[in-house]
Amino acid sequence: MDLLRIANLTKKFGGLVAVNGFNLTLEKGEIGGLIGPNGAGKTTIFNLISGYFKPDAGEIYFSEENLVGLKPDKICKKGVVRTFQIVKPFFNLTVLKNVMIGAFNRTDHPGISEKRSLEVLEFLELSDKKDYPIESLTIVERKRLELARSLATQPQLLLLDEVAGGLNPSEVEDLIAILRRINKDGVTLLMIEHVMRTIASLANKIAVINYGTKISEGRPFEVLKDPNVVKAYLGEAYQIAEDK
Amino acid sequence: MTLILQLGINGLLMGGIYALAAIGLTLIFGVMGIVNFAHGALMMLAMYSAYWFFTLLGIDPYLSLILTVPLFFIFGGLIQKYIIRHTLGAPPINQFLITVGIMLFIENAILFLFSPDFRAVRVDYFGAILSIGELIISLLRLLAFAIAVGLTGALYLFLKKTDSGRALRAVAANKEAAQLMGINLNYIYLMAFGIGVACVGAAGTIVSPLFGIFPHVGHLFLLMAFVVVILGGLGSFIGAFLGGLIIGVVESLCTLFMPGSTKEAFVFSIFILVLLFRPSGLFGRGG
Amino acid sequence: MVLLAFFLILPLYLDAYFLHIMIMTFLFAYLSRSWDLIGGYTGQNFWGPSAIFGIGGYTSTLLFFYFKLSPWLGMLIGGILGMIVGILLCYVSSRFSVKGIYFGLATLTFSQICMTIVLNVDAFGGVNGVLLPLIKGNSLFQFQFHGKIPYYYISFFMMVLSIYVMHYIERTKSGYYYVAIREDEDAAQALGVDTLKYKLIPTGIGCFFLAMGGTLHAQYLLFVNPDFFGLPFTIEMIIRSILGGVGTLFGPIIGSFILTPLSEISRGFLGGYRGVHMMIYGVIMILFMLFLPRGVGTWLEKLYDYLESFFEGKIRFSG
Repeated sequence: MDLLRIANLTKKFGGLVAVNGFNLTLEKGEIGGLIGPNGAGKTTIFNLISGYFKPDAGEIYFSEENLVGLKPDKICKKGVVRTFQIVKPFFNLTVLKNVMIGAFNRTDHPGISEKRSLEVLEFLELSDKKDYPIESLTIVERKRLELARSLATQPQLLLLDEVAGGLNPSEVEDLIAILRRINKDGVTLLMIEHVMRTIASLANKIAVINYGTKISEGRPFEVLKDPNVVKAYLGEAYQIAEDK
Repeated sequence: MTLILQLGINGLLMGGIYALAAIGLTLIFGVMGIVNFAHGALMMLAMYSAYWFFTLLGIDPYLSLILTVPLFFIFGGLIQKYIIRHTLGAPPINQFLITVGIMLFIENAILFLFSPDFRAVRVDYFGAILSIGELIISLLRLLAFAIAVGLTGALYLFLKKTDSGRALRAVAANKEAAQLMGINLNYIYLMAFGIGVACVGAAGTIVSPLFGIFPHVGHLFLLMAFVVVILGGLGSFIGAFLGGLIIGVVESLCTLFMPGSTKEAFVFSIFILVLLFRPSGLFGRGG
Repeated sequence: MVLLAFFLILPLYLDAYFLHIMIMTFLFAYLSRSWDLIGGYTGQNFWGPSAIFGIGGYTSTLLFFYFKLSPWLGMLIGGILGMIVGILLCYVSSRFSVKGIYFGLATLTFSQICMTIVLNVDAFGGVNGVLLPLIKGNSLFQFQFHGKIPYYYISFFMMVLSIYVMHYIERTKSGYYYVAIREDEDAAQALGVDTLKYKLIPTGIGCFFLAMGGTLHAQYLLFVNPDFFGLPFTIEMIIRSILGGVGTLFGPIIGSFILTPLSEISRGFLGGYRGVHMMIYGVIMILFMLFLPRGVGTWLEKLYDYLESFFEGKIRFSG
């Protein structure tokens, strides 16, 4: 059974078609990638899946249940959680309390929430910062926090919006390792990325969007060599050099 | 029928003054994002200043505008520089409290200095009227209206045609972009608040021969200014102008149906209805 | 504990004037504490608490005036009515996406509408409000007492109750959710927080308490009038919370303990000079917003942390 099945998803803003008949399926345990030039509609798709926008047409099935029309918190309860491209920590709460908000998704008890949050922080190597205020965290740590918070909700599908953005190569490697482990624990991932290294090493399948329309789909190495994709990113004049 | 027309015209004339006061409020919000609760108190201050110019120096209120407008512009600039500036990034409630604090200070300073007694500016031409058919139009009100609209027009030209005016509009539209274009935000904020206060100072001076003057008279005008601004759209010049005229007429017509201060409840209800169904007002952004 | 005992014994040593100051201090601490749950802790721009306060006061007083219903019962009914009104305000605004400053203005206007209504409807007392008949001696049923001491204990109890309720809320899942909503509604939603529900609940609770406060005030002063709905009461409630530390447990309490005695005493000395004590109020508001926007509470907290780390040597020896 497909965990996520998006069919003919369309969203218009006035005259602008931001997302045009988008289709995608993801099986449980897969890692999907969503790439495309800036402004292509990727985050809009995330907003549509997670309930922040309502689509003008199309369906979003999660475990055969249509998510369209549900509010973001209900969608989270069902097991779909998203992170934000520009991180949104709860500024006046400590790191631990931030994560606890996420953990409360699956429990009503502060004690259990705290316990689970500590486990998540341990997993993401943020334990030593658990009582620190947000202002003392670096951007990398804040991104980890965003991930930890989402993980604490115990999602089945995690929508990651540019989690690797702004990381240096060694931080990217660490992130890849963490995401692999999360996936091994049973969480399906769908990632928007610009950092190709991340997507190429993790994703099973990638969909490429340009101007709201899917222009390519497939395994990473296929997609990244697709002339349409090259054209979309770099313009007509370029081609991927052939391996000799 | 004539009664309705008569009330309508009176309302329109009054509306011009509401418009001028509201324009000041909307300018401040549009450029700085600040809701200035002291606006009514500032208008009251202008009414008192017109009174004292008239009583002590014999200067006709409409002539004293020449002094009042620059004075209030400077006063606005000082308030902005020493007080408002520091709350620009703060949550709305802080801005609410600080401008309320200014209002309390001004109102009670006046109360202390001049007592709660009513005062009036009685100009000689107070009773002059113009008759058109069965309609009676007070020349005083007409003059007030004309000057208010004139000042509004002048401000409009300033915003449209001058560099400073354009800079103000740029900051209102997108302050980050405006900064990148080299516009000095602090200077713009000074100007915006200064102009806003000058507007309401002019409005107060203009309305002084028409209303009883007492320390808390500002409350009524504050309320009216708010309703006008929300109706017209926070940040919209045209909205404030047309909104002022509309509210003036509506308020006047209300006296037909509703006794005493229930017309206030009616005006408030318009306010809430606009907030519910069209929060951006007739012309505004945001909501 | 010591503090509690202190306040419990205090009234035996105070005269009427100081008892009055303490009663007002407790009452406003209670009101401010209740507002803070909605406005400070959950971060809603609720600028019309006087509306709820007035509804509570008028409900119990009118029920007594017309139906001889005990004000205690009236207080409960008023509380429920205030709670419903508050929830409706919150719900309707949410449905129509009235947020931020607009919600603030709407609630403010609502309190003004309430004022206009009672001013113009004779059955509600009009301009002069409704006077409660003065009785000789004490009457528990009528919620009226001869001396100030019973009012002292009642208001003290209510204040302590509001603190206790807040303390309890702070440690529940709901409490965490309220803060999350205050900090970032979108992020909270993404994490499974039903933001509508968790805005309605604290609003309801806060308004329930605010309305009951109205009854207490009415019974103490022996009247209600349209001023109950006025902006000044709203400001009194909000400013104590901001002054003491908005969103903190004891902030509103500290704020009231600082401001109320100051206000009452300055009114005593300067009230003869019309307007001066309000001018001072205005100046205090401005100064606090400029220099201590997070309130005295947070400043005290920082001071305490600083002293703590100083004594533990953390500041001296770094690295």
